[in-house]
Amino acid sequence: MSDAAASLREPWPDLDRQREGVSVGIWLFIVSEMLFFGALFLGYAVYRTLYPEAFRIAGAETAVSYGSVNLLLLLTSSVTMTIAVDASRQARRRTAIICLALTMLLGAAFLIFKGLEYSLDIAKGLFPGADFPLQPPQTQLFWALYWVMTGVHAIHLAIGVGIVGVFAWVLWRRVLPIESPAIVGVATYWHFVDTVWIILFPLLYLVNRS
Amino acid sequence: MTDTAIADATVEAQPASYLAAGHTLLSWLTTTDHKRIAILYAISITFFFFIGGIAIALVRLELMTPQGLILTSDAYNRLFSLHGIIMVWFFLVPSIPATMGNFLLPLMIGAHDVAFPRLNLLSWYLYVFGAAFTVYALISGGVDTGWTFYTPLSTNYATGYVIAAAAGVFVVGFSSIATGINFIATAHMLRAPGMTWFRLPLFVWAMYTVSMVMVLATPVLAMSLLLVIAERAFGLPIFDAARGGDPVLFQHLFWFYSHPAVYIMILPAMGVVSEVIPCFARRTIFGYAFMVYALIAIAVIGFMVWGHHMFVAGQSPLANLVFSFLSFIVAVPSAIKVFNWTATLHRGQITFEAPMLYALGFVGLFTIGGLTGLFLASVPIDIHATDTYFVIAHFHFVMVGGTVSAYMAGLHFWWPKVTGRMYSEAWARFAAITTFLGFNATFMPQFVMGWNGMPRRYHYYPDVFQAWHVMSSVGALILAVAYVLPLIYFGWSMIYGRRAGANPWNATGLEWQTSSPPAKENFDHIPRIDAGPYAYDESDHPPAAGDRTLVRSQGETA
Repeated sequence: MSDAAASLREPWPDLDRQREGVSVGIWLFIVSEMLFFGALFLGYAVYRTLYPEAFRIAGAETAVSYGSVNLLLLLTSSVTMTIAVDASRQARRRTAIICLALTMLLGAAFLIFKGLEYSLDIAKGLFPGADFPLQPPQTQLFWALYWVMTGVHAIHLAIGVGIVGVFAWVLWRRVLPIESPAIVGVATYWHFVDTVWIILFPLLYLVNRS
Repeated sequence: MTDTAIADATVEAQPASYLAAGHTLLSWLTTTDHKRIAILYAISITFFFFIGGIAIALVRLELMTPQGLILTSDAYNRLFSLHGIIMVWFFLVPSIPATMGNFLLPLMIGAHDVAFPRLNLLSWYLYVFGAAFTVYALISGGVDTGWTFYTPLSTNYATGYVIAAAAGVFVVGFSSIATGINFIATAHMLRAPGMTWFRLPLFVWAMYTVSMVMVLATPVLAMSLLLVIAERAFGLPIFDAARGGDPVLFQHLFWFYSHPAVYIMILPAMGVVSEVIPCFARRTIFGYAFMVYALIAIAVIGFMVWGHHMFVAGQSPLANLVFSFLSFIVAVPSAIKVFNWTATLHRGQITFEAPMLYALGFVGLFTIGGLTGLFLASVPIDIHATDTYFVIAHFHFVMVGGTVSAYMAGLHFWWPKVTGRMYSEAWARFAAITTFLGFNATFMPQFVMGWNGMPRRYHYYPDVFQAWHVMSSVGALILAVAYVLPLIYFGWSMIYGRRAGANPWNATGLEWQTSSPPAKENFDHIPRIDAGPYAYDESDHPPAAGDRTLVRSQGETA
């Protein structure tokens, strides 16, 4: 109990209220992030509607195996994250820290696979520019969106890996008590980044692919 | 403990003020006290206000003659772009929320601080980081896209430091989002006992609604600028028409933020004026509930009118019709507010202290800005007036006549609370009147010449417009004097001003019940509220240094 009291911060009157506040804050941030990605999804919807054939041709070139493996990695990481949050609430230190570390590793594995996929894409010349291999020119719009969407997602995930890593470390070093309400914020953010991939994956790898 | 009022407690004990909580530079740069962060913001935005002001002063000087005076056309383009970028994102958007909002929101709802004090400090550092990009763009040669960064100019043709400038705006956007999240969470979670939603001062409501707009609109701007950067830096052809991209898509994304951004700038101003007018009319605000609904309505409808910036950009006639209609609709809640301020004045015991002069100036100028907005909401008239000085004059009436006047009103109203000292009332009144006159002299001629066909952003112009341009430039000089004056008398006040006391205006808000300047913790005890925010009556006029305690607090038993 004294451990829990240590994580109470100004200006909150009690820990439950603080946990609720963290939750309100992170959800507001996620609503904001949804609009951030929403602008991209709008661009994708507009261009896909305008150029369905170019998008079909361009979409067939994405490396679906990498995308699928990465989907699996992120979905698994959300499971370990959920266990970590539960363990933290029950003050089971070891489980919480191990699960956070696993989450971080799964996220890092995603980034490594994404890097391999990027090098494959670049080897195939799929970065928009003068000697782009596909025709018509609108295929470059798909690939421009691909690089921005996956790039912005990867930056979010890299930040997530960093935050989860630091958080696991401060729990391990007992800088923060294991029941710290901040874990709710960390986990919600992680699930959000995961969810973005669940949407990006079909948009970029599956739609209209025979 | 008994029913001891906060005011009594502070008079007896006088806990050290937030200003005394540390005197080193480091104590300021690492503070998480919302009041100190407000001061950090105030210093930063004042700096940028004068940078943006100098840029436009040079532009106005240049426009004294049809062929220009001192600038090359390239420098001219860079100066007005710089003026727009700095004034919108580094002054107007953060102006009232980040300074007065930060300082007052916890005080007005009876909290010790905002919900996330460290996030609050982070937001200031994000502002500074974004500002650093902008200053870099400025000193390395500037940017010539206008504040709107329209594609394909910004992506393919502009020669300036577009990436640095866009990155600056991108980063500063996240400082807005951080502030918005903080304010919403604070308003939801940290209201004092008895502070129900409909007992909140209208300034708090304004902060709440503006925060919603910040959180929902700013990310779309961030993404549209990110896409411009991606296209310019890496050649990703998102808006490149040669490869099927749609430049008008950029305009949609940009205005989806930037029209609500107009409400980001005006809602806080409405909040300030709603505090100032009841105090100096000694009357409760007329139609409190409708004032709240109007704020919410403006915030919501404000999201649905962005298309009126694209009447000439090739939008479908149906879309034009719908956006035109919605733009007329958003005027209704704005009009409700103007009528309610006027009705508050009716039979009031009005005095004309400096904050009141600025607030009354706001009401008049905002009304003109709003009514000319209706001209532009009408498609045929907008086609005539698009990209003319009429548009420039219209939005300056709202943003400068409206927001800056309200910012000055708030600054003068809460200055005694922030610093604990009074300023020279005579000089302040003089500055307020000069602002009003200088503002009208600057922008009224722009309506006329815009209506007669003077396009915005042009360096050279036909001789027939010279008389109007000279009038406008002289007005700008008067306005410049009016804006420099407060720097002087506020500076004087910090050292020589007489002590203000807790409540120099005899105002009713919770922030006036604590000492001036407030203690680091704001309140000894979290107060208990059992009345609405504007319980003014005529008898307590004129304002005296009394300590009428309209809000009782209940001490907690130790």
